Amino acid sequence: MKYLCLVYLEESKLRTIPDSECKAYGEGLRSNGRWLAAEALQSVQTATTVRVRNSKVSVTDGPFAETKEQLAGFYLVDAKDLNEAIQLASKIPPARVGSIEVRPVRELAVQ
Amino acid sequence: MSETSTQSAHSIAESVYRAESRRVFATLVRLLGDFDVAEEALHDAFHAALEQWPRDGVPENPRAWLVSTGRFKAIDGIRRRARFDSIEDHAEHVENIADESPQGDDESIEDDRLRLIFTCCHPALSSDAQVALTLREVCGLTTEEIAQAFLSGAPTLAQRIVRAKAKIRDARIPYEVPTPDELPQRLESVLRVVYLVFNEGYLASSGSSLTRVDLSAEAIRLGRLLVDLLPEPEAVGLLGLMLLHESRRTARTSSTGGIVLLNDQDRSLWNREQIAEGLALIERALASRRFGPYTLQGAIAAVHAQATNADATDWAEIVGIYDVLLRLEPSPVVELNRAVAVAMRDGPAAGVALIETILGRGDLQDYHLAHAAHADLCRRLGETAKARRSYQRAITLSRQDQERQFLERRLTELPA
Repeated sequence: MKYLCLVYLEESKLRTIPDSECKAYGEGLRSNGRWLAAEALQSVQTATTVRVRNSKVSVTDGPFAETKEQLAGFYLVDAKDLNEAIQLASKIPPARVGSIEVRPVRELAVQ
Repeated sequence: MSETSTQSAHSIAESVYRAESRRVFATLVRLLGDFDVAEEALHDAFHAALEQWPRDGVPENPRAWLVSTGRFKAIDGIRRRARFDSIEDHAEHVENIADESPQGDDESIEDDRLRLIFTCCHPALSSDAQVALTLREVCGLTTEEIAQAFLSGAPTLAQRIVRAKAKIRDARIPYEVPTPDELPQRLESVLRVVYLVFNEGYLASSGSSLTRVDLSAEAIRLGRLLVDLLPEPEAVGLLGLMLLHESRRTARTSSTGGIVLLNDQDRSLWNREQIAEGLALIERALASRRFGPYTLQGAIAAVHAQATNADATDWAEIVGIYDVLLRLEPSPVVELNRAVAVAMRDGPAAGVALIETILGRGDLQDYHLAHAAHADLCRRLGETAKARRSYQRAITLSRQDQERQFLERRLTELPA
C-alpha cells in the first residue's frame, strides 16, 4: 500500500538537517524497495496558491495555510501497513525537528 | 430431543455467548480482516447456534464451532453480494479468507485477543477513540452503555467508533501483536487506556455520581486479561494499582454520598481481599526491576494499604517513592502529590512552600486539587484568609458535584 509522508517543519530549522542525510535516507528507501517518489521543496516564500471560482482563475502569493511549520518535502513510500509506514516515517531525518504526516493513498473510484 | 434438553441447549448457547463472544469476535476479525464483517459473522454464528444446538446437540468445542460457522456465513454473504457487485473483487476477497486456516488452538485464539487490544489502542487513533473502541470491541459493551458511562451522547460515541474503524481499514492499521522493539511504546498506550477507563469509573471527573462502578470493574477485568496474556511488569503493576484503589471504594463515600478523604477513611471498610491481591502484584512488579510509573504509584498505594491509620503511615517512604517517580516521569501533578506527602512528614508549612513554588511557576493554575490542597494546609496553619481564597478558587474549578459540596463545607467551617 502507498503512503505519502509529508514533511513539515519550521523553515529556520531546515538548516540543522544536512541535505546529504536526506539523500542517504532516500537511497536507503530505494535499496529496500520502499521508494516510490520523493522531493524536497523550495522555501514557502516561493509558494503560489491557485483557485478556480466561477470559472475564473485566482492566483495569490503564499501557501494555502499560514502555519508555523511548513511543508518542506515529501516521500511516497510503499509499505505493508501503517506500522511499517510509521517505522519508515520515523527515520526521515527532519522528523527530529519537525513532524511527518503519514497519509494512505486513496484509489480514485473510477471504473 | 426433549423439551428440557432443548431449553438447556438454548441456555448453553446463551452462556457461551456471554463467555466467548469477544474471543470468537477477535478471531473472526483476523480471519475476515474487517471489524464490521466480523461483527455480522459473530451474530450470524450465534443465531445459527440458537437454531441448531437445541436440535442437533451442543458441539464438542462450541468456540471452534462458532468461529468456523461465522467464517462460513461471512464467505457466503460475500459470495451472495458478489452476484450484484463486481465479481472479481469479491472472488479475491473470498479466496483470501479461504486461504487462512481457521486455527482453533488456544494459543492462536489468545493471540487474537491481544491483537484486538493492540489494534483498538493503536496510537494512530485518538485517545477518545481508543477508549471507546476498547470498551466496545474488547469488553463488548454497547454503544449506549459506553455513552452513558462517559455522559456523552450515543450518536457522538457511535460516530467516534465508526471513524476509528474506518481509519483501521483505510490506513491499514495491522491486526497484530507488536514486535518486541515496538512493544514498550505500544503497551504504554494500552495501559493508558485501561487506566483512563478505571479513573473515569473511580473518580467520575464530571457529573453528579461520585463513582461509576461498572467502568472500574471493566478496567480491572481488562487489567486481568492483559496480565494473563502478556505479564509485563507494568501491566502487573497497573492491575495492582487499580485493585489497591478499588479496595477503598466503600470507605471513600459517606452514608450521605459525600467524599471522605484518605486520611479520614474508616480503614476497616477497606476490602482486604483486593489489598492482599494488589500487594502481591506490586511486589511481583517491583521484583522484576523493569517497573515504571504504574508500579511506583501502586507502591505508594501499597504503603497506605498497610497502615492502620493516617498517622501510622510511613510518609518518609511515600516521599521517597515520589522522588523516584519524579525522576522517571517529571510532572507537576506528581510534584503536587509529593508536596502533600512532605506536609504529612514535616508539617503543613513545608507543604505550603512546595505548592506555592509549583503554582508560582504557573503550573497547575487550573487544577482544582492544587488549590484544594493549598487551602487545606493553610487552614491547618491557621492562615484563614489564604485558605479561603484557595477554597474559593478550587470550588470554581471543580467539575464534580460531591467534590464541590465537600469544598464548600470546608469553606464554611473556616473561622470568620
